[in-house]
Amino acid sequence: MVPRPHTVRRVWQETHDTFTLELAPAAGDGAAPSSFAPGQFNMLYAFGVGEAAISISGDPARPERLVHTIRAVGATTKALARLRRGDTVGIRGPFGSQWPLGEAAGRDIVIIAGGIGLAPLRPVVYHVLQNRQNYGNVVLLYGARSPGDLLYAKELEQWRGRFDLEVQVAVDRAPATWRGTVGVVTNFIPRARFDPSEAVAMICGPEIMMRFAVQGIEELEMKSESIYISMERNMKCAVGFCGHCQFGPAFICKDGPVFSYESVRALLNIRGI
Amino acid sequence: MTEIALTVGTHSVLERASLDKLFAALSKRGFRLVGPTVRDGAIVYDELKSAADLPVGWTDEQKGGTYRLKSRNDGAVFGYTAGPHSWKKFLHPPAVRLWQADRADGAFEIKEEKPDAQKTAFIGVRSCDLHAIAVQDKVFLNGRYLDPYYQARRENSFIAAINCSQAGGTCFCVSMGTGPKAASGFDLALTEIREQERHYFVAEVGTELGAEILAELPHREVEGHEKAAADETVAKTAQAMGRQMDTTNIKELLYQNYEHPRWDQVAGRCLTCANCTMVCPTCFCTTVEDVTDLKGEHAERWQKWDSCFTRDFSYIHGGSIRATPKTRYRQWMTHKLATWIDQFGTSGCVGCGRCITWCPVGIDITEEVRAIREAPQSPKGSPTGDKHGNT
Amino acid sequence: METLERILAAHPFFSGMEERYIQLLVGCASNVRFDAGQYIFRAEEEANLFYLIRQGKVALEAFGPERGPIVILTLEQGDVLGWSWLIPPHRYKFDARVVEFTRAIALDGTCLRKKSEENHDLGYEFMKRFSQLMARALQATRLQLLNVYELNP
Repeated sequence: MVPRPHTVRRVWQETHDTFTLELAPAAGDGAAPSSFAPGQFNMLYAFGVGEAAISISGDPARPERLVHTIRAVGATTKALARLRRGDTVGIRGPFGSQWPLGEAAGRDIVIIAGGIGLAPLRPVVYHVLQNRQNYGNVVLLYGARSPGDLLYAKELEQWRGRFDLEVQVAVDRAPATWRGTVGVVTNFIPRARFDPSEAVAMICGPEIMMRFAVQGIEELEMKSESIYISMERNMKCAVGFCGHCQFGPAFICKDGPVFSYESVRALLNIRGI
Repeated sequence: MTEIALTVGTHSVLERASLDKLFAALSKRGFRLVGPTVRDGAIVYDELKSAADLPVGWTDEQKGGTYRLKSRNDGAVFGYTAGPHSWKKFLHPPAVRLWQADRADGAFEIKEEKPDAQKTAFIGVRSCDLHAIAVQDKVFLNGRYLDPYYQARRENSFIAAINCSQAGGTCFCVSMGTGPKAASGFDLALTEIREQERHYFVAEVGTELGAEILAELPHREVEGHEKAAADETVAKTAQAMGRQMDTTNIKELLYQNYEHPRWDQVAGRCLTCANCTMVCPTCFCTTVEDVTDLKGEHAERWQKWDSCFTRDFSYIHGGSIRATPKTRYRQWMTHKLATWIDQFGTSGCVGCGRCITWCPVGIDITEEVRAIREAPQSPKGSPTGDKHGNT
Repeated sequence: METLERILAAHPFFSGMEERYIQLLVGCASNVRFDAGQYIFRAEEEANLFYLIRQGKVALEAFGPERGPIVILTLEQGDVLGWSWLIPPHRYKFDARVVEFTRAIALDGTCLRKKSEENHDLGYEFMKRFSQLMARALQATRLQLLNVYELNP
């Protein structure tokens, strides 16, 4: 219930409004770093300002490097954006459900990310690449607004150079100097190399984008119970007590954020739920 | 007086005059006494010094949007129904400091608040509210996470229930299966009996602690006619409910009617004032406030009651998920009566009627359910009765 | 060496099309290649051809004097470039600039329009395929228009 102080080890600016913090438990905090599963999130506390729910975007095999990618949009995230190396931040977590990496064993994986939605999916990529033999074809389809809004550009390039991972990146708009794809990320779905009858899809991005991605996947006659999405709602307590993150009968904080599409499909069509 | 073995489930008689002794026995054991008392034109729950603080000779009149205190001349101690307060005021207080933090040299240290060890006796808890406490127990104690503050308050509480001797104009506990007789969750349960010459309580023992306390008071074994009088009191109350709600398949009913036109109609009246959530004994939602001192060196985190009727409640960057009164009222009522069942295995409504009484425009949850049930939404739109598509 | 007929039949745009129609079309088709930087067509030019892209990348652009070229969409292997040949007044609306070396099959619109008028079954097959293509393009454009990655678009 109480945040554990963590020290900022490194800060990277990812895009004009998005940055990444690498944290480690503060000196004097004897406890070991918390391990986490891909898809889970922490509550990050900026001293005196407030808490924000931020997905964990680092390597699950290296929990001692706690990595969060944050978009500075509200009072708390803007305060977090002002943190520098050596500063302290409070952490509660990890909370929530995880991407179905067990269920995906032996099967193809199609990862579809939009905007900052790549952050909670990056641990999946790390895990899959470290355990590559356990999975079939793996495809990462990533969409962003413009080339300048792409997260983890260097890593994307490295991943694209691999023979065991298909990476496709699309932006909505680009200057003529951009040599990559312009268009919507869903255009990649019909031509990506995965077997729809066998694959597991993991999708995270703005709700509208996830809806289109699911439509694209279902056109390939993929089973909807093999599709997973990560949801976002207002969060205060992260443990199901405060009521804020309710989404129909579900609490995003403890039943989610990762849901099978099948379990939330009906709710996604109700406005203002 | 005959000595009887007081065990869970036994009934005894406690004279009206012994009520003070119950207070004294609880005080002696270190319990803070909390119960109904008259204040500001209503019967509220507050700290009591003695049985004299109870609303002796008072009753209330309740209907949609109306609460009126009236005197009665029979000296009844518990002759009224649920007021604006519920026990969550004490078990799940409106504002709680969770922790404090102090900053020095760029780092900070957090001091967790200790759970409250104050022992509290709740006197005059009605069956609807016993169920409400059980509902909040499920929220805070029975899930994957446990609220240690709530747990401490619950473990340090003594509950003296009162079986209702009358029903209020907005009561519907019978429909919800939550009353009017206290069935469990109490240490002692009293039924107040006023006969021509006598005024006494039939006391049922709910726990060993209840038995111990009762054993310290003048009491005797209940006689058949006294037990019958107690049963009849509760039975009469059950017959006099001010409201009814048909709960048959209510979860499915509401799940199938998210787009019912009734939500627009009720939203046209609803002021989104949040009164219903404040008076509701099961509503548990909170927000947190982070504050600092002027120097910015000392920070605190407070947990405060919140309401799904505020726009900010569902705010995520970019806007509110429930931006309209319609979606907020629908969230509240659907949560209370439907999604609660999926979340906690029980209804979130105990039929106390507070939300009806304290709604400034008299919105009535039983009426809203009835309206939806009488004209459920057709999955393919409402029939217009016009074969030519002219309407 | 693949025959033009087999290349046509293998392109996703023609998937499922009866062989007799493909044979009819071969006469309207030719193999083409473009180097990076080349323009396949420019806005306002007469639209007599469309392209089945086999390899490479082409950017569909608009040009604003004060903004320079603005990329609307890129097209790659399996995509179809151009439908202005189908719709009067048969003029291209955008520039098609080659981003990466591109190989394609060019189909002559005048030839196809003539064959379609003669053989409405063939014309219907074409309309079915192009209407799907156009609907998908419209949907994708709507999604782009929604600017979903912006918080307050």
